[in-house]
Amino acid sequence: MANPSAVCNGHLHHHHQKQNNLLKSGIYKKNGITKGAKKNGVSNGTVYKKKFVEHFEQAPMYVAVLTFLGFGVGTIFGYLRDFMRAWGLEKRNIAAEREQQKDFVPLYQDFENFYTRNLYMRIRDNWNRPICSVPGPQFDLMERVTDDYNWTFRFTGRIIKNVINMGSYNYLGFAETDVNALKTVTIELQKYGTGICSTRQEMGTLDKHVELEKLVATFLGVEDAMVFGMGFATNSMNIPALVGKGCLILSDELNHTSLVLGARLSGATIRIFKHNNMQSLETLLRDAIIYGQPRSRRAWRKIIILVEGIYSMEGSIVRLPEIVSLKKKYKAYLYLDEAHSIGAVGATGRGVVEYFGMSPDDVDVLMGTFTKSFGAAGGYIAGKKDLVDFLRTHSHSAVYATSMCPPVAEQIIRAMKCLMGLDGTTQGLQRVRQLGKNTRYFRRRLHEMGFIIYGNDDSPVVPLLLYMPGKIGAFARRMLEKNIGVVVVGFPATPITESRARFCVSAAHTREMLDTVLNALDELGDFLHLKYSRYSKSSHPELYEETRLELED
Amino acid sequence: MAAAAGMGQQWVLVEMVQAFYEAPAYHLILEGILILWIIRLLFSKTYKLQERSDLTPKEKEELIEEWQPEPLVPPVPEDHPALNYNIVSGPPTHIITVNGKECINFASFNFLGLLDNEKVKSAAQASLKKYGVGTCGPRGFYGTFDVHLELEERLAKFMRTEEAIIYSYGFATIASAIPAYSKRGDIVFVDEAACFAIQKGLQASRSNIKLFKHNDMADLERLLKEQETEDQKNPRKARVTRRFIVVEGLYMNTGDVCPLPELIKLKYKYKVRIFLEESLSFGVLGEHGRGITEHFGINIDDIDLISANMENSLASIGGFCCGRSFIIDHQRLSGQGYCFSASLPPLLAAAAIEALNIMEDNPDIFQILRAKCERIHKALQGISGLKVVGESFSPALHLQLEESCGSRENDVKLLKRVVDYCMNSGIALTQARYLEKEEKCLPSPSIRVVVTVEQTEQELDKAALLLKEAARSVLN
Repeated sequence: MANPSAVCNGHLHHHHQKQNNLLKSGIYKKNGITKGAKKNGVSNGTVYKKKFVEHFEQAPMYVAVLTFLGFGVGTIFGYLRDFMRAWGLEKRNIAAEREQQKDFVPLYQDFENFYTRNLYMRIRDNWNRPICSVPGPQFDLMERVTDDYNWTFRFTGRIIKNVINMGSYNYLGFAETDVNALKTVTIELQKYGTGICSTRQEMGTLDKHVELEKLVATFLGVEDAMVFGMGFATNSMNIPALVGKGCLILSDELNHTSLVLGARLSGATIRIFKHNNMQSLETLLRDAIIYGQPRSRRAWRKIIILVEGIYSMEGSIVRLPEIVSLKKKYKAYLYLDEAHSIGAVGATGRGVVEYFGMSPDDVDVLMGTFTKSFGAAGGYIAGKKDLVDFLRTHSHSAVYATSMCPPVAEQIIRAMKCLMGLDGTTQGLQRVRQLGKNTRYFRRRLHEMGFIIYGNDDSPVVPLLLYMPGKIGAFARRMLEKNIGVVVVGFPATPITESRARFCVSAAHTREMLDTVLNALDELGDFLHLKYSRYSKSSHPELYEETRLELED
Repeated sequence: MAAAAGMGQQWVLVEMVQAFYEAPAYHLILEGILILWIIRLLFSKTYKLQERSDLTPKEKEELIEEWQPEPLVPPVPEDHPALNYNIVSGPPTHIITVNGKECINFASFNFLGLLDNEKVKSAAQASLKKYGVGTCGPRGFYGTFDVHLELEERLAKFMRTEEAIIYSYGFATIASAIPAYSKRGDIVFVDEAACFAIQKGLQASRSNIKLFKHNDMADLERLLKEQETEDQKNPRKARVTRRFIVVEGLYMNTGDVCPLPELIKLKYKYKVRIFLEESLSFGVLGEHGRGITEHFGINIDDIDLISANMENSLASIGGFCCGRSFIIDHQRLSGQGYCFSASLPPLLAAAAIEALNIMEDNPDIFQILRAKCERIHKALQGISGLKVVGESFSPALHLQLEESCGSRENDVKLLKRVVDYCMNSGIALTQARYLEKEEKCLPSPSIRVVVTVEQTEQELDKAALLLKEAARSVLN
């Protein structure tokens, strides 16, 4: 069975090339710009061992116009309703300041909450939907209704069973309740309880943590690793330990809030480069070294590049080979946040480093979280022993924050062992492969249907562009009617014209589930006019066959 | 007419050319120079913005070649006091195995002994069975579980506030809550002994920070008055400058309580909001363990925001904020650690709910804890060389050196020997750890003694006795 898959890969290669040529020669010229195609043309030369295909197709002009129009109408109505609320013509639902504190400086400026009050409130029911089961491939939602246009919710007591979950970051399906799978977690919970009640440096380093850290280091193929209780805090509490005043941080414009917060707390100078844009990064690197610090003109103490493995809103994969060669050329350091990519990409789930066939030594700081692929909580930082030793003594988290809860640590251990095949099965590997298959299938079908989807062909994060604010609510509500739970995102999490739905493909999704979702999307795409893509659907009919071939093995 | 005008112009031109021929040479040269001068002035910059350093590409390459960065991290000496952690085998409960030695635990903040409570464990087990471990998403994206909602409701009810919001990490709670309200340009008055999480929250807020001396209300009032005069000078700015006082209920770093009644007076006098960090006092102080407000008998609505972690008394993980909906609800979109982080694993939320049940069912537990704190506080008085810092009812108190032996490093080493001595005799203690370079006001080195309800009177006396012995043998 090894041979056919190799053949398949060959085919894959071939088809992508064809697709690329098509993009470059035909559609690209006719229909305007496709960022992905442009980038591929430039950099798919020598650094990449396999094709690196990313799409960022731009929607037609009229879509942008209509989107702004949508926001405009929303804003006008917002002002109108604010006016009505001010004159008592409409009921004020917003919680009010205490009588005794009316003469204090207002806690919120009125305009700060304009967007929340008037636009977000209209579609608020599509977020924070409470669930009451494991966030596996399907979950149970608690039905809630509102009597006052989303200002408050009321539970009906009914439970919407078996909603297909396209929102949770359960990439490898380790969010599960199977008794056998959770056996060790149950045992450890009974043994240790839930709490720690101390920090790592004081009395909170358990044998469980030592075991986990060793395993993480082996899994990643590095000298040492340290684990922390919260993924967000892994970034925000460790970056300040690594860099400080006189250092320069080069940060991707789409980096996660935790990286941004960590960078800000560090006191270092921060410069932003365009998303995944190597020219932009190189210019910044060159200028930084040549011109040094502003005003004082001293050379920078060190330069650190902050990037993510998979960007959770774009579905793009970092251009690691190019970044590594840049970092080596300019003697910068690289901090790679693999929150979404660890477990999710790479032949054996070891993240983007493996995906590009590189050595973990090429990255100075490997960071990742256990929240997603491992179905647990917390994060790690791994790398050279020097680095980890330094963090053990200087990490804010090690000194001031409670360490990781032991049953959670055990969940990570069991998932990681499964991935490494240490449990004596090939189940972990199968999950990684299944995720890859599901991802490619799902993305390809969406392409064929004519949706604009962003990101890398291998990324399990699949953003589907909705553009108009009105469609956000309509899309999510109608999908829920069809028993499918989706995540929708709009401004300010995305650029104002690029509201989107985001699917997270999981290894636990069956072909039937994906087909149900795809059929629903097909129908809804026609209904809501979401199929903006101008790629000709018939231009690569071979893909159908290939898809089938690949899914059968 | 037009022709005449044309003729006239032509005539002028002819005259000009004639004049040009007739003019003396020096005149022409002078005019020529003047014209060149004007051209130069037009095309050259008259002022220097900065010295232009037009580096040649070669020079640029050389600069890039020459630059040597510092190493990513400086090497850590092998004997760094914080490098070799105590390793606990098994659960860190009343009896704890530290580095292979069995001890009585005087180090973990397990005040109510709920860490290995069977009820808590079985609640967590039931939750594990139903929900698995992780939530695989932030609260907004299907990371809200029914247990989270229940826990929030229970916490709000327990604290008698309108609303509560939970975070998945204790440290991130106050560190996210402060920057959700206080922005650039706002003013925060903060006690200089405030814990590190508060310091980081303030830093993230980029507000204007004014430190007042620890628990010194006169100093705080001085700062408030200063601000008042400042405001009178610029009333327009004052109208939009939010101001906050951030204090801890029971100080982590000093073991004493904040003078809340006076703070409330100042709050209304100067119209400043109060944020209260209660990680140590929640589940400890007050008749029902509601914390410092109950301890002082203060209406909880007078406090704008209370934040606490669930990692001490509740023996779970995470933290919460509570207060009026008007305030708390804002964090659901603005609390960074809330919006952008995966939510709390349901089994930890279930454990916290069960712990709350136990607290509600056994209100005398807080009296027992208080009696034990007072007992050891008394027993620890009069150790030669060590002084007790902290209130008599604080479950976490500090033993500091009476006299420093010169350098912080040596003090730490000395205290480590005291800790080691106790550890060898079966009492597990730890020094309070700080990042020395990061702390705003670094507290003196100290041994932290943590009291829990599980410690018997004999054990408390033994610990005190042992500390006396250790001090005698190490310090004298």
